[in-house]
Amino acid sequence: MLDWINQLDPNLQTDLWVITVGAMTNTACALLGCYLVLRRMSLLGDAISHAVLPGLVVAFVLSGSVHIVYMGLGALAVGMLTTVLIETLHRRGGVSEDASMGVVFTSLFALGVILIKRYGQAVDLDPDCVLNGLLELVVINRVEVFGYDVPRALVTIAPVLLLNVVFILLFWKELLISSFDPGLADTMGLKAGLIHYLLMALVALTTVASFEQVGSILVVAMLIVPGATAHLLCDRLRTMMLISAAIAVASAVLGHFAAVHFNTNTAGTMSVVVGMFYLAAVFFSPRYGILSALLRNFRTSLRIVREDLLGMLYRLEELAVPRTLEPREAKRAVGGGWLAGLALRSLLRRGDARRDAKALRLTDSGRRQATRLIRSHRLWEVYLVEQLGLPLDHVHEPAEHMEHFIGRDLQEQLAAETAETATDPHGREIPAESDSR
Amino acid sequence: MNYLTMIVLLGTSLLGSVAGVLGSFAVLRRRALMGDLLSHAALPGLCLAFIIMGQRHFAGMLGGALVTGLAGVALITLVCRFTRTKEDAALGIVLSTFFGAGVVLSSIIQHQEGGGAKAGLESYIYGQAVGMGRQDLYLIAGVSAAALLVVLLLYKEFKVLSFDSGFARAQGWPVLTLDMTMMGTLALVTVIGLPAVGVVLMAAMLILPGATARFWTNRLGPLLLLSGIIGCLTGGIGTLVSAGLVKEWLGFDPLGFGRSESNLPTGPVIVLCGTAVFLFSVFFAPRRGAIARLWDAVRLRGKIARENLLRTLYELGEPQLPNPPAVSLDQLLRRRAWKRTTARWLLWRAARSGLVQRELDGARLTERGLAEAARLVRAHRLWELFLIQGADIAPDHVDRDADAIEHLLTPEILSQLESGLPTAKLPETGVPTSPHTITANAVSGGKNAVGPPENEEGPLRA
Repeated sequence: MLDWINQLDPNLQTDLWVITVGAMTNTACALLGCYLVLRRMSLLGDAISHAVLPGLVVAFVLSGSVHIVYMGLGALAVGMLTTVLIETLHRRGGVSEDASMGVVFTSLFALGVILIKRYGQAVDLDPDCVLNGLLELVVINRVEVFGYDVPRALVTIAPVLLLNVVFILLFWKELLISSFDPGLADTMGLKAGLIHYLLMALVALTTVASFEQVGSILVVAMLIVPGATAHLLCDRLRTMMLISAAIAVASAVLGHFAAVHFNTNTAGTMSVVVGMFYLAAVFFSPRYGILSALLRNFRTSLRIVREDLLGMLYRLEELAVPRTLEPREAKRAVGGGWLAGLALRSLLRRGDARRDAKALRLTDSGRRQATRLIRSHRLWEVYLVEQLGLPLDHVHEPAEHMEHFIGRDLQEQLAAETAETATDPHGREIPAESDSR
Repeated sequence: MNYLTMIVLLGTSLLGSVAGVLGSFAVLRRRALMGDLLSHAALPGLCLAFIIMGQRHFAGMLGGALVTGLAGVALITLVCRFTRTKEDAALGIVLSTFFGAGVVLSSIIQHQEGGGAKAGLESYIYGQAVGMGRQDLYLIAGVSAAALLVVLLLYKEFKVLSFDSGFARAQGWPVLTLDMTMMGTLALVTVIGLPAVGVVLMAAMLILPGATARFWTNRLGPLLLLSGIIGCLTGGIGTLVSAGLVKEWLGFDPLGFGRSESNLPTGPVIVLCGTAVFLFSVFFAPRRGAIARLWDAVRLRGKIARENLLRTLYELGEPQLPNPPAVSLDQLLRRRAWKRTTARWLLWRAARSGLVQRELDGARLTERGLAEAARLVRAHRLWELFLIQGADIAPDHVDRDADAIEHLLTPEILSQLESGLPTAKLPETGVPTSPHTITANAVSGGKNAVGPPENEEGPLRA
């Protein structure tokens, strides 16, 4: 089944394996990372990925081998120890959470570095590899599995990825509830604490399985960034998981080619690429992006100015002695500037107003909108006076703000709750709801 | 000790003390991990400066590191302000992607220049205190002096910023500028320390002294002084240990590392020295240490049990007062959910302090015991009356609340409670009659009584 790979061009083979292993590692991290981000425990992933170092050395010293099973056990033990130590220091020792995290993981890391210097010189436990990762060398180290010749890293990471997926599917409900509402989880009899420790165990395991590929810092990138990016893009956990997995795979692919192009460290480029994804989401996310927020604000501002213009024209028509308004005057009256100009142009283009000689006039469609707006405004004024007892000279300002946000439903409710008056508190007529929409 | 070791020793001690002082502010402001961020985010700056300057230009590289480190801090602030990403995730994102960029750049440099240039950058990740030279020492001394001067000049401002930045803002202080100054100084110290102790361990040098000193004092001035001293000492001792000098002086190797041919790396040893001091403080610090707190909790529990015993004895003999009758152990056990042995032990202890007089298998309140018991019963019942009248709670619901609080009511509160009651309620003894019938169930105290105080950070007086 895998024979065709070995018959490919060696370069292509490298591409394929590096991308496969990278994508699997990234996905394994990203899936757990979604929960870390949601539970605001992102930095616990950082802490654990640094702190497992002494666990690895101790496991090596005790077992005499660097087999993944022993390494995994060592990492698990120290990962749990880290979690417990951080919590104990915080809860019982009265150290603030960030400080206890900082103390625990740096101390364990220091211990790990010393232990490596002391015992690890004989083995290939190279601290540099632990920190930076050497994904590009993944094809060199191979093993035979079921008769197929595959990179050793694949054999390490594939079961861990599988384990993570199975864990998430099995405990989907428990993870969901305990991530969003640990209190509820506890009252429902789901053991939020147990789930927390299981999650941490998996983080430790995934960390150690990923070390060889992406190094500890870049494990942190993969644990946090895809999840955080997905969090900017959607509001449902299922979608978030899928998006973060997609981002993880995409950054593996792009990261690999970038690394080949610049002839540099693959794990590094992958984390830079995933950072780019995050940056893109920060700006362009449809709902939570900065640019989309700006755009939304701009549209709202434009609508408000446009409606103000309509309202002003309507009020002019109401006057006993009609007077006309020149475009320049109109723009100045609604605050001036480029926004007013844009709003006026948009009114004319939409056919809500037209230019008659030098004067601005409402068209029928414009008058309908203006009627609705003025009705909202005056109903709100009546409401404020009748229900809240505000003095007459205090109701125009709030109504001026509210008028743009009163929909049909609210309008009807207001009309029902205010007494059957035909005029607003200032004595002007409240226009009837225009039926011809 | 040779000349080179002397330089390293001076450098690490200085670095330790100034990192301790500035790190304390970070710890107090719950920004302990900012040091971690600064040191990781410095890497791309180092590499960029290296690429631009073309050679190992020390000041240039430090400048580059400073720029990217601060850019990282700024990015976190912006991301938290403008997106839904929370601070922890933002910190992790910036830290890991900046470091990733650093790894990419350093790998590019490696390929460009061959192995020779690499050594310079490598030392920034793990640190190489041994490589410290005269120039480096001067730089460290200069930066330390400048940083300490900043702290000295802006002491009051930093103090307010650390404890109540909202107040500082309301007072019209330039909070943002102050914040930037503090972060900038912290970044400067971090960057200076990188070559000596490396990326990860620099964070530890910032956090450990402050977190340790916090166990010993509640005041900012002593805290800063103490963390400076702790940083200085751990830096110095760590250097001596790693240089093998402690082994030489003592004549034996206290850490059992003697078989190792090469000396131990300085950074990790310094950090582990700091960890040792920290752990010592966690356990043995007066008041805030684990043992002191445990002792307090035990004493409180003992006091509560004794007071429960006295009150039960009083209530059992209430009809015969003022001459307290002998109460048997069985009578006592019917009232209280104590084990027989517990009750005996409590009685023995009360007898030893002269509060009761042992009679047969029971006890009788002594004059002192009676006074003490009357005080407690009074506190209990005043609180019950207060709940009934002040908080409108049914008489059969007040016992448990009063049970929990009776041990903590001060005389001032009691007289306040008393003055709130109609005077007719109080008999001459000062002990009001119980507003409800006293049953075995009603006085199930002991286990429900107040536990040891919650472990929260005590108020830190500025």
